[in-house]
Amino acid sequence: MAKINLDHIRHAYGLRPTAPQDYALREVHHEWNDGGAYALLGPSGCGKTTLLNIISGLVRPSEGRILFNDRDVTQLSTEERNIAQVFQFPVIYDTMTVYDNLAFPLRNRKVPEAQVDKRVREILEMLDLSDRAGKKARGLTADQKQKISLGRGLVRSDVNAILFDEPLTVIDPHMKWVLRSQLKSLHRQFAYTMVYVTHDQTEALTFADKVVVMFEGQIVQIGTPAELFEKPSHTFVGYFIGSPGMNVLSVDVQGSTARIGDISIDIGFAPKVGKGQKTELGIRPEFMKLSRKGMPLQINKVEDIGRQKIVRATFAGQPVSIVVKEDGEIPTDAHVDFVNSGINIYADSWRVEREG
Amino acid sequence: MNKTWNNKAWFLVLPAFIVVAFSAIIPLMTVVNYSVQDTFGNNEFFWAGTEWFKEILDSDRFWSSLGRNLMFSFIILVIEIPLGIFIALNMPRRGIGVPICLVTMAMPLLVPWNVVGTIWQLLCRSDIGLLGYALARIGIQFSYASDPLHAWITVVAMDVWHWTSLVVLLSYAGLVSIPDAYYQAARIDGASRLSVFRYIQLPKMKRVLLIAFLLRFMDSFMIYTEPFVATGGGPGTSTTFLSIDLVKMAIGQFDLGPAAAMSLIYFLIILLLSWIFYTVMTSSDAET
Repeated sequence: MAKINLDHIRHAYGLRPTAPQDYALREVHHEWNDGGAYALLGPSGCGKTTLLNIISGLVRPSEGRILFNDRDVTQLSTEERNIAQVFQFPVIYDTMTVYDNLAFPLRNRKVPEAQVDKRVREILEMLDLSDRAGKKARGLTADQKQKISLGRGLVRSDVNAILFDEPLTVIDPHMKWVLRSQLKSLHRQFAYTMVYVTHDQTEALTFADKVVVMFEGQIVQIGTPAELFEKPSHTFVGYFIGSPGMNVLSVDVQGSTARIGDISIDIGFAPKVGKGQKTELGIRPEFMKLSRKGMPLQINKVEDIGRQKIVRATFAGQPVSIVVKEDGEIPTDAHVDFVNSGINIYADSWRVEREG
Repeated sequence: MNKTWNNKAWFLVLPAFIVVAFSAIIPLMTVVNYSVQDTFGNNEFFWAGTEWFKEILDSDRFWSSLGRNLMFSFIILVIEIPLGIFIALNMPRRGIGVPICLVTMAMPLLVPWNVVGTIWQLLCRSDIGLLGYALARIGIQFSYASDPLHAWITVVAMDVWHWTSLVVLLSYAGLVSIPDAYYQAARIDGASRLSVFRYIQLPKMKRVLLIAFLLRFMDSFMIYTEPFVATGGGPGTSTTFLSIDLVKMAIGQFDLGPAAAMSLIYFLIILLLSWIFYTVMTSSDAET
């Protein structure tokens, strides 16, 4: 297992990149802890897979270095980096049996056959494929095939890190939960460094200790699920995490007061916002409380989604969503209050720290 | 739901049936007709039964032609299939090299059969042919007209030159359809170049290779024009294949009955061998 350092990594697929937009990965500079479980979360095309392939060595970064336990591995091949990676779509060796598929990475590395057998049987057991060990892999269903791909990633116990590139896309929802919790327990048991790429926030939040949110080729925030929820450092994180996403309202900030149209809100601190910067107030639907007093609000629609209700409303001319508990009251003459601790202020989309 | 049962749909098949009848069934039946009769011209026919079949199957001439045919197909398959795969593996996957390679590869396929025969006939002549002359200068008297071995080398080289491209193009099509993830997974798994070929590329190419194999087998087994033009079946009968023999018999000697019987036997052999190859090569798919 290894600590992974990404030292000013930038990557462009085309030759001679000039503008920042030419980079698939703009600049990544981070240290990932040994034994951590990280999820790379972001929309399609944000550079998640590129970053993953740079770590595994399938892609050489245009700029920057990558270090495993302080050793520079930028120029090393995938084999030399000793990485396991599981891809989005199942990759299996058709002509081999299930057993041989799992044994393949070990045999290629000249592991003694007795040890191979022990490891493969453990993995077969874990993936619930023992009864198919001797069968040709070709005849399996898509999720069984993907389990084999996962198994090949997990079969080597000495890897520096295990990378997952949206591995559960083709798996049945019910099986997803099972596999995800198995991965989680493996992580607890063996303290593998795991990096898990996904665009599904539930998957990311349940799998990882730290979630790395990416947007347009940059890492916008690395944090625990709670941090991402309470203090999204970029409005994108606010939108992307949570359902519905954070409400973002354009405001004018003067001292510790935010003005939206003719409504003034006391935000409890004086954020430093430069002149000419786009200023926004972010508040999660969970931190807006409907009441009979407070600021005026016009309710447009109420969606009942079971354990809670989502109120779609217009506040000071801007659309907002509010989450109300399933038995919560929705007053006819609705007003709204903001929970002060839930307010974040953004300047040019980036969060302004509270001071004092 | 009530279904109306009638046989009107057969009318829809009729046009196709007529085309097939005129292009295949009727000519084939004519051959069958000839094969069981004897004629001395004047459009007079006498019933001969299975006599011609017996005569063909008893003749050394038939069996030696068949032997040469099998030998020829075996040699060119052993050369063309591995060579085709090897070339396809080494062709570029992207960039300007792709169209250049593809066009170059497709070129021999566009040359008509008799032109191929003529090209090689000229090329191998020791007085004016580029290859024959060059060989003569380094002391090898290459003569397809007098030495059976040289005739065979010429005929085989000609076929390899003409048809390896087909195997290359089919193999290449199989190779480019393999998703990148397979190669990436193989690198992660630490697979050697040989393992990648053995466990990824070869299984994925299997279907197109089967087609390439069958096409090349059937074509080579029916080969006629190229050796006919280049060597004329000689020297002696050393490059006389079944098809050449058949034409000699049917048109040269005008032995319609034996020629028809031979055609049918020839046809059945090709059908049988193709079926055997196909069954053997796809049987591994069935097991799971």
